[in-house]
Amino acid sequence: MTDVIHNLTIAIVFAPLLGCLLTGLWCRIMPTRMAHAITIGLMSLSFLLSVYVAKLVLFDGGASNSNLYTWLISGSFQFHVGFLVDQLTALMMVTVNFVSLAVHIYSVGYMEEDKGQVRFFSYISGFTFAMLMLVTANNFFQLFFGWEGVGLVSYLLIGFWFNRPAANFGGLKAFLVNRVGDFGFILAIAAVLNYFGTLDYVPVFSQMPQFAASNPTMSIVSGTSSSVVSVISILLLIGAMGKSAQVPLHVWLPESMEGPTPISALIHAATMVTAGIFMICRMSPIFEYSATALSLVLVIGATGALFTGFLAVVQHDIKRVVAYSTLSQLGYMMAALGASAYAAGMFHLITHAAFKALLFLAAGSVIVAMHHEQDMRQMGGLRKYMPITYLTFFIGALSLAAIPPFSGFFSKDGIIEAIHAATIPGAGYAYICVLIGSFVTALYIFRALFLTFHGEERMDQHVREHLHETKAVITGPLLALAVPSIILGGLMIRAMLYPTDFSLLGHSITVLPQHDVLRITAEEFHGVWQMVLHSVTTLPFWFALSGIAVAWICYGRFTTLPVWMARRFSWIYRVLVMKYGFDDFNQLVFVRGGRRLARWMYEVTDRELIDDTLVNGSGRAIEWLSLTLRRLQTGYLYHYAFAMILGLVVFLIWVIF
Amino acid sequence: MLANIPLLSLLIWVPIVGGSLCLLTGGDEHATRARLIALITSLVCLGLCVPLYLGFDTNSYQMQFAEYVGWIPRYGIYYNLGVDGISMPMIALTTFTTLVVVIAAWYAIKTRVAQYMAAFLIMQGMMVGVFAAIDSILFYIFWEGMLIPMYLCIGMWGGPNRTYASIKFFLYTFLGSALMLIAILYMRFHSSSFAILDFYQLKLTMNEQIFIFIAFLTAFAVKVPMWPVHTWLPDAHTEAPAGGSVVLAALMLKMGVYGFLRFSMPIVPDACQHLDWLMIVLSLIAIVYIGMVAIGQTDMKRLIAYSSIAHMGFATLGCFMVYMIIARTGNTKDAFLSLEGAMMQMISHAFSTGAMFFGVGILYDRLHSRLISDYGGVAHRMPIFAALFMLFAMSNVALPGTSGFVGEFMIILSTFKASFWITFFAATTLVLGASYTLWMYKRVFYGPVANEGVAALKDLCAPELTVLVLLGITVIFFGVYPDSLLNVFHTTIGHLLQLSLQTKLV
Repeated sequence: MTDVIHNLTIAIVFAPLLGCLLTGLWCRIMPTRMAHAITIGLMSLSFLLSVYVAKLVLFDGGASNSNLYTWLISGSFQFHVGFLVDQLTALMMVTVNFVSLAVHIYSVGYMEEDKGQVRFFSYISGFTFAMLMLVTANNFFQLFFGWEGVGLVSYLLIGFWFNRPAANFGGLKAFLVNRVGDFGFILAIAAVLNYFGTLDYVPVFSQMPQFAASNPTMSIVSGTSSSVVSVISILLLIGAMGKSAQVPLHVWLPESMEGPTPISALIHAATMVTAGIFMICRMSPIFEYSATALSLVLVIGATGALFTGFLAVVQHDIKRVVAYSTLSQLGYMMAALGASAYAAGMFHLITHAAFKALLFLAAGSVIVAMHHEQDMRQMGGLRKYMPITYLTFFIGALSLAAIPPFSGFFSKDGIIEAIHAATIPGAGYAYICVLIGSFVTALYIFRALFLTFHGEERMDQHVREHLHETKAVITGPLLALAVPSIILGGLMIRAMLYPTDFSLLGHSITVLPQHDVLRITAEEFHGVWQMVLHSVTTLPFWFALSGIAVAWICYGRFTTLPVWMARRFSWIYRVLVMKYGFDDFNQLVFVRGGRRLARWMYEVTDRELIDDTLVNGSGRAIEWLSLTLRRLQTGYLYHYAFAMILGLVVFLIWVIF
Repeated sequence: MLANIPLLSLLIWVPIVGGSLCLLTGGDEHATRARLIALITSLVCLGLCVPLYLGFDTNSYQMQFAEYVGWIPRYGIYYNLGVDGISMPMIALTTFTTLVVVIAAWYAIKTRVAQYMAAFLIMQGMMVGVFAAIDSILFYIFWEGMLIPMYLCIGMWGGPNRTYASIKFFLYTFLGSALMLIAILYMRFHSSSFAILDFYQLKLTMNEQIFIFIAFLTAFAVKVPMWPVHTWLPDAHTEAPAGGSVVLAALMLKMGVYGFLRFSMPIVPDACQHLDWLMIVLSLIAIVYIGMVAIGQTDMKRLIAYSSIAHMGFATLGCFMVYMIIARTGNTKDAFLSLEGAMMQMISHAFSTGAMFFGVGILYDRLHSRLISDYGGVAHRMPIFAALFMLFAMSNVALPGTSGFVGEFMIILSTFKASFWITFFAATTLVLGASYTLWMYKRVFYGPVANEGVAALKDLCAPELTVLVLLGITVIFFGVYPDSLLNVFHTTIGHLLQLSLQTKLV
């Protein structure tokens, strides 16, 4: 069975690459219908095979870890390209392929009138390939390959409409901020190679317990010593912060909304941004041995969960609301990992992939209907024109707001309970953040719902006349994604979080007994319906419900209230609109400061000091010297005679005195 | 049978003869003849590399395909050729690059075609000579000889400021190598032979070693170029024609690193070890400081030239890291990664930077401007070119899957053995490289069509497409399967490490 899984994985990973190359190389001459057929056909193949592999791995107990070929051998080091398929990988493959396939189909409708759509399909297939390389990797090198690969395709896709300056700016910003994260990541890889002598997961993870027991230290700043395991974990975390958009490296994600909407759903909600979450789960055998790193993960995650949620409340662009919501939800996942509830983080990753992709695609459907208008102040009352979009958006919002029994409820409640049970430093703070966060989540998403679909119709006459429900290629994926947004949580919770006889994640994640918070919360779990009924007595439920109520009061009933509040608490409002000043700070210090420093280095040190003074200066000095020497040789006898007499006088004076 | 053919001599003299034939075709009315002769000559040379590659024994560190003829036996100077795992790939790279330059010049060069082709063919012969010579005087002659065609190339087909640039280039590199000659003569007195391999056996005191090291350093540091003797390069690159820039970046800069590997490290290992901190600091300055300077450029060629210096910083870093790594771990096996990374970096840099210089040359041919601000929205008019240029830009920012990644990855990983901070500064290239490359790409290719000049651009013609596709395939091939290249030099690098880590003090 191992061989079967390995061979199937090869097919799963390379089918999208084939689609990408076929359409990419002939994108100038290929008819769009053919490009759709090729990429969607190969994507479907990949999806079906990954479902089959998931069945083999999750239900029949299969697993595989073998190399495809040797990338490089140097000295005692070997780097391979190879696939590790266990429960974690199988779950990720299905998630990635499902969302990717839905987005491929949806894009047929969304990109209908775009001339460059063959290129677009090539990119999204290429993205899927890179993402699959990332999740199937059996070593750090290949992980880094996929990691950078998704970064590249996201850069290309955000800047897909390269005519628009904002899109190009967003793409570049995304790439550079991600590179800052990758900077930490590559240092982590270097440290792993240095201490373990290999980049393959299995030997590194199996050496980890003895390695951590010996408590190795390294000196980064002379005179101090830091635990090697903590250093490696924190460097890995920096990498994850870039990809998974954690504070303060979150700044690229809102800008990435300049790309086409299917991309926002595919990359910036369901797959690429979850790479960091996946990576930390994969690295759980390392993180578990560093309490410092776990606390840091928890605090960064919880901070992001709450404070980026606030930002969503003041956005007017429907896509940006959903984008900030993604930041906040990624914070939840990250916080779960910090509390050692990796399974809860992965669970929320999967349910979030479903309901967030749904919200994005529903927002995209609204945008198509509104003729590419994204400002919610120009919308309102859309519910009667677009019933299916409204219904699906409503389902997504309920799921996001963690209202039982929708999917999001189970995963988010699992996280909040796990953080509540955690005892590591920072857990108290994190619990408060995620609790208030559930109020904020409900508030911003229902604010968007009321502003878009309810209330008075604020669009102009021309747009209103053409309003109607979007086509079946768009509503189809919406309905398909609505199903898991409703039922996935209830179906999976036992097997994901509180396994008794059947576990979805199995042994693919390592949790030390002293960190095992899910074992504590499992005692409270008595079945799915029990959990739903019990929820009405818990704090998160009432926080979420009051969020919806406040949203209804402010944006459904008394619509003048928010305007008054914004004026009354104008400084809070300004801080939120300015996004806490991260963007301005980066723009001022790194972008403008960096450019100015670069110019100064070039003009002053390189041109003036080195080139002009030293290089051309020595040329000039030789020219001057030769000129002077030449002048001395005038050829007049009396000059020479005078020089001789002068020399004689000086000599005599020196001898006499 | 293969053993009887003097392959290396053929590789040196066939292009020189071909170049002379080109000169005989006369003026530009017979330009096509010169082009054809040049194409055939460079194809023949590339063909000669096939038996060179196939007949090469990768399990031996000995000089192979050796030729040994008395030249001035009275002074112990011999016409002595041979290749090992380091020089063989460099020779293949030289012939490949020349072929690419000849194809690219097909339509791009319209005046004095015969002389242009001849300059590059003769230069190719000289450069193969540099890599193949194992007699130090022969090496020196080829080393200086190749400056002449390059000097003419910049001076005749260059940009508006070509006189200044060509003289600066010539004087700078010439001055550097004068000291190298003194060092060679000095060693001749001690070993009674000019053979480089005999120098490896010399016993030298620390002071002698340091003197020889500094003498070689002056020659090689100018060539690489290392900070602070780098300022000739941006001038030379900006003024040179596209082909000249390509040869300069892809081959001539490599001679500096090749010199370190062939001379400095095995001949004066103790001095290298003693001064490795200096080389490491200079390399890191190249990576960080020059990377910053590159961000501030407004001229595309100058930007790529600076990026070239930063990338060569990795090659020198990889060479001299070995001493620090061995000092920490004591295990020779650990040093392979760093030194092989340096070799990899040298070769892959030739493809990606060479291709980027071609790219700028293609734009310059059409709009006669190198300024970034004169462009914008080129991707609308030249989509195929934009896609290919993106590939090379990605190789320049060391994206995994391209050849540019391999060397930098190996070197960054290896440095951690020695010091966290060296890794830290070396890894800043991830951010800096991406900043200058992609910011330039954004300003040139993206956005709305900037002006009428850009609006009138035509996409690639057949020779341009051939060149960029050839380079693109190479970039991806070595990025996906670098082991195919590393196999060639494992044994030689092992031997070189052994030589470089012994002590030669008396």
